[in-house]
Amino acid sequence: MSYYNQIRVLVWKDLASEFRSKEMLNSMLIFALLTTVIFSFAFDPEADTVKKVFPGVIWVALCFAGILGLNRSFQGEKSNDCFMGLLLCTPDPGVVYLGKLFSNLIFMLIIELISLPILFLLFDYRLQGSLGWLVLVIALGTWGFIAIGTFLSALAMNTKNSELLLPVILFPLLIPLLIAAVKATGLILGGGDFASWSNWLGIICSFDLIFTVVSWFLFDYVLEV
Amino acid sequence: MAKKALTWLTYLSVLAATYLVFMWVPNEKVMGPVQKIFYFHVAAAWVGFFAFLIVFLCGVAYLVTRAEKWDLYGASSAEIGVLFTTIVLITGPIWARPTWNAWWTWDPRLTTTLVLWFIYLAYLMVRTSFPEPEKRMRFSAIFGIIGFIDVPIVWFSIRWWRTIHPVVVDGSGFAMSSKMLTTLLVSLVAFTLLYLYLLTTRVAVARIDNQIQRIKEAVLR
Amino acid sequence: MLKAKGIVKQVGPKTILQGINLEIRAGECVAILGPNGAGKSTLLKILATLMKPSAGIVYLDGKDAWKSPEQVRGNIGLISHQSLLYDNLTARENLLFYGKMLGLNDLDQRVSQLLKEVGLLLSANEQVRNFSRGMQQRLALARAILHNPPLLFLDEPFTGLDQQGIGLLNNLIGQAKTKGTTLIMVTHSFEEGLAFSDRVLVLNKGGLVYTGETKELTITGLRDLYCEKTGVKTS
Repeated sequence: MSYYNQIRVLVWKDLASEFRSKEMLNSMLIFALLTTVIFSFAFDPEADTVKKVFPGVIWVALCFAGILGLNRSFQGEKSNDCFMGLLLCTPDPGVVYLGKLFSNLIFMLIIELISLPILFLLFDYRLQGSLGWLVLVIALGTWGFIAIGTFLSALAMNTKNSELLLPVILFPLLIPLLIAAVKATGLILGGGDFASWSNWLGIICSFDLIFTVVSWFLFDYVLEV
Repeated sequence: MAKKALTWLTYLSVLAATYLVFMWVPNEKVMGPVQKIFYFHVAAAWVGFFAFLIVFLCGVAYLVTRAEKWDLYGASSAEIGVLFTTIVLITGPIWARPTWNAWWTWDPRLTTTLVLWFIYLAYLMVRTSFPEPEKRMRFSAIFGIIGFIDVPIVWFSIRWWRTIHPVVVDGSGFAMSSKMLTTLLVSLVAFTLLYLYLLTTRVAVARIDNQIQRIKEAVLR
Repeated sequence: MLKAKGIVKQVGPKTILQGINLEIRAGECVAILGPNGAGKSTLLKILATLMKPSAGIVYLDGKDAWKSPEQVRGNIGLISHQSLLYDNLTARENLLFYGKMLGLNDLDQRVSQLLKEVGLLLSANEQVRNFSRGMQQRLALARAILHNPPLLFLDEPFTGLDQQGIGLLNNLIGQAKTKGTTLIMVTHSFEEGLAFSDRVLVLNKGGLVYTGETKELTITGLRDLYCEKTGVKTS
């Protein structure tokens, strides 16, 4: 009954039930694309402004799509009191946090894998910097978003209007991560060298580290009944 | 007794601060009388940050001891903190308009205060979202901890964000005379006492509120 | 086997349990009765380590249940009026999931055997959301005994069961008793309470007001006692 195995089983369960209906993934994906399209109406997509707002568009679209997923993340555990059954299987609620974190991360990465190339196409944006660094920054930024998002989603799950509560409590805390992710993404897209955005990478990494550890540690208190 | 002493101390120090600000300290050369708002602005900002620190400490204390009083202190402190950061966000633009010719600048200090204001509004939202007292206390303690941990990251990211943009105005753009410094220190003391006074009063009100709840429960049983 | 000492549960201004002491021997079957709001379900959750008491300690096999949950949780089975099943997963997947979480050996075989026992082998690969209430309840029974827990908690288990389900549950309880499983059941029905238990506890307003051996009790005797202790008339 090892820690690692339990996390793996939890992730398998989440993926299996999501891939059966794909409801959540579909709506996340459509929402991400819609956000982008609305942005292109808001800013003239032909003009030079695109270059400036593009990194922001990416992250706003991802965050909006992500919050849809996070809202649903614990709904399945709530119906039929599954949480109780789950807690009886594991001595450490931290397992549940890490399991949910990984499955949410996988959902987000799937969305990004499909929507980001389309975003580049829609805005006719040509990448000047390195693709590897871009992928790294987006992955790390997503990690931070999901780390704190999963935690707050578990907290908000306990109220009836969790959909109303979650965005309001999540977004203020995300601001430093968003600033850093948008900045780093922008600099990489523009072909800036590592030194010009390593500061931002530092902020993203510390955000990820701090909130993964703190959330994991405090998760016992969230689940306690 | 202690409460009475605190009330008088607060009253006198606020009076003294008001006197120093309006009657004693000279006007700043360039900005003129409008600069006097600075003493309240800075003092309010200090109280706001201090109040949020207390929310954090009370959150930790609550999770460790599960004593209701820590929740009362945390909640009251958060309300006062939001009140004072609101004062900062109002006095900031009033000061900024005549001196910088803009109501709002994305100055790191002002922006950080704005983000803090949102974080603690969220804290108050968490409090109203859970009708069950036990959940409300536990979740707001947790959010108070998480929110405060975010503060230094917010500060660093916003500072770097602004230094990379051209800095239009420098917030600390005037030298303080010794009279100004004295006035500022007295305002800081006055506002801190005011905070303590408000905190104890708010907690007393919350206690009475809880007692009424208990009596209601007992009667209904 | 199970010992509770001074269990207090306070939720805000309300005191749900006020200092419960009880001891349950291994293999004993205990029924907990009481009017609505007496704190029955809360007590059950605390004994099953699903809820933390405000004060007091639960000992399982002499160990503090909250200090060493890893040795405790895997030994507990729970049947509640909620099914604890995932709607999007199939019957088989549900059992496989819980089995894997518990780290069971020979899982496939055990799952197939259980599905057969509760008569769901034919619909094993159907999503639980398409199941009737009765089928869900039967699968829930299979889920609870998947790991042959030595300690089984039942929270109003007969509520919402169809005839087939009642038969299965009776069977299951009988089997568990012969295997020496410790059973703790919360119920509002005197008949159910007396039929299965060795001992009856009555809770009222968060306190333990009566405990007695079942063999010394009759239904009418229990009714009178219950009425006397709780002030609630039952006829």
